[in-house]
Amino acid sequence: MIVQRRKLSFWERLYLPAIIGGFKVTLRHFFRKKVTMQYPEEKWTVPPGYRGAPYLVKNPEGRTKCVSCQLCEFVCPPKAIRITPPGPPGAPEVGNVEKAPKEFEIDMLRCIFCGYCQEVCPEEAIFLMKDYSLTGETRKELIYNKEKLLALGGIHHDKIRKWEKKAAEAIEQGMRP
Amino acid sequence: MFEYVAYTLLKIICVVLPLLGMVAYAVLVERKVSAFIQDRVGPNRVGPGGILQPLADGFKFLLKEDYTPDHVRKVYFWLAPAIAMIPSLLTIAVIPFGSNLGRQKMVIADLNVGILYTFGIVSLGVYGIVLAGYAANSKYPFLGGIRSSAQMISYEIAMGMSVIPVFMIIGSLRLSDVIAYQAQNGWLALPFMSPNQTASTYLLWPFTLLSFAIFIVAAFAETNRLPFDLPESETELVGGYHTEYSSLKFGLFFMGEYAAMIAISAMMVVLFLGGWTLPISGWYEPARTPLMGVAHIAVFLLKLALLMLLFIWVRWMLPRFRYDQLMDLGWRRFIPVALANIVATALVLWFRSA
Repeated sequence: MIVQRRKLSFWERLYLPAIIGGFKVTLRHFFRKKVTMQYPEEKWTVPPGYRGAPYLVKNPEGRTKCVSCQLCEFVCPPKAIRITPPGPPGAPEVGNVEKAPKEFEIDMLRCIFCGYCQEVCPEEAIFLMKDYSLTGETRKELIYNKEKLLALGGIHHDKIRKWEKKAAEAIEQGMRP
Repeated sequence: MFEYVAYTLLKIICVVLPLLGMVAYAVLVERKVSAFIQDRVGPNRVGPGGILQPLADGFKFLLKEDYTPDHVRKVYFWLAPAIAMIPSLLTIAVIPFGSNLGRQKMVIADLNVGILYTFGIVSLGVYGIVLAGYAANSKYPFLGGIRSSAQMISYEIAMGMSVIPVFMIIGSLRLSDVIAYQAQNGWLALPFMSPNQTASTYLLWPFTLLSFAIFIVAAFAETNRLPFDLPESETELVGGYHTEYSSLKFGLFFMGEYAAMIAISAMMVVLFLGGWTLPISGWYEPARTPLMGVAHIAVFLLKLALLMLLFIWVRWMLPRFRYDQLMDLGWRRFIPVALANIVATALVLWFRSA
């Protein structure tokens, strides 16, 4: 295909209108409001549903929700999660008495923030939160252990409260003192 | 004799060191202006508002690994950055950057062939780039070197021809005479900037203005600035002639480019914009008090800074010329126009004297 080039008029070929137009455009932009965000000082607001780093959460009573079923460890594509299962026995009033993680580690250098762990968790104990820039001076520093993950995750106020209901049911049926 | 040598050495130091400082800050201004034109903020981390950025840049150049690739032609590879830097520093020698301080004229060497010296030295600038392209012994620098040799040689002709009318009007090649003439008869590019208006300056205005236009475009081509930065053209040739250079050797090319811009801006201020003069009473004759001498230097530097700003501004405004368009503009437009300008000016001068 042959592209027909438009014949330029003498005024256009003189190149001066283009230069004047250039001065106008650049001058307009020169005094325009700048779009740069001064990153470490000002940060963007993280939108809801953002997939940042995964942290463990506690329920409103302050109990670790994780029951160390190891589904997240199994599903994790980069194998960033490592769980050591037989944890300390939980409080006898609640249902998941026999299970808790002894140690729960996430290697943040391996984690790809995919959210599979959050999706697969039957206890809603792990959530991808809003942290997106994790820094450390050594590789070891970026393997977060249980205490750190729980501290960063905080308390999750969910509406379902599965174990409380189960405990209430058990008491009703006389299965539990 | 001793006094003369001592004062000259002092003047050289007092010119070259601030010149290097100006080069460093021209880079900062370039980065800031480019950022503002592109709706960004630009460097603002080092010092308040980024004012110390040139220091950081300088240290970075100094501390980078000075890498010499195995395939280069070593002697020329080492020689080229120096040859790129030196001519622009030498050009400054004949520029009158002020009237006088005490009994000393504010020019390092007031040569009676000032402009010829300048053109001679500026031509040497092309060797730095061509040698860099040749020495690197790889394709992109080679193409950059070839482009620059053709470009700079062809635009030098247009540039040389464009200033001939100026010297026909003034009748001297000494740059201080050029300024003295402009102080009395108005700046050549802007004749209304004159203490005593005469009809003859306006008679010659179209010709000097055309000279100025050709000179300024040729100056852009000569300093490899956009829209004529074909030797460098990052988007096509990686980095052009300095692709293989690193560290302080690259820094020298970089500084050389800005020093050349300062030198050619200073030439334009002297030839067309009245040097250190201003058309206010007292400001257009040589200073009698030291304070006035300093004021004259400040006026010169102000004009220089405005021209530098124009150089920087244009870079972020116009796209690069295609190579054949560049050659076409140089040989088939500017050289005939400059020649016609010489003849026309000669005719006008002949009729005026007759």
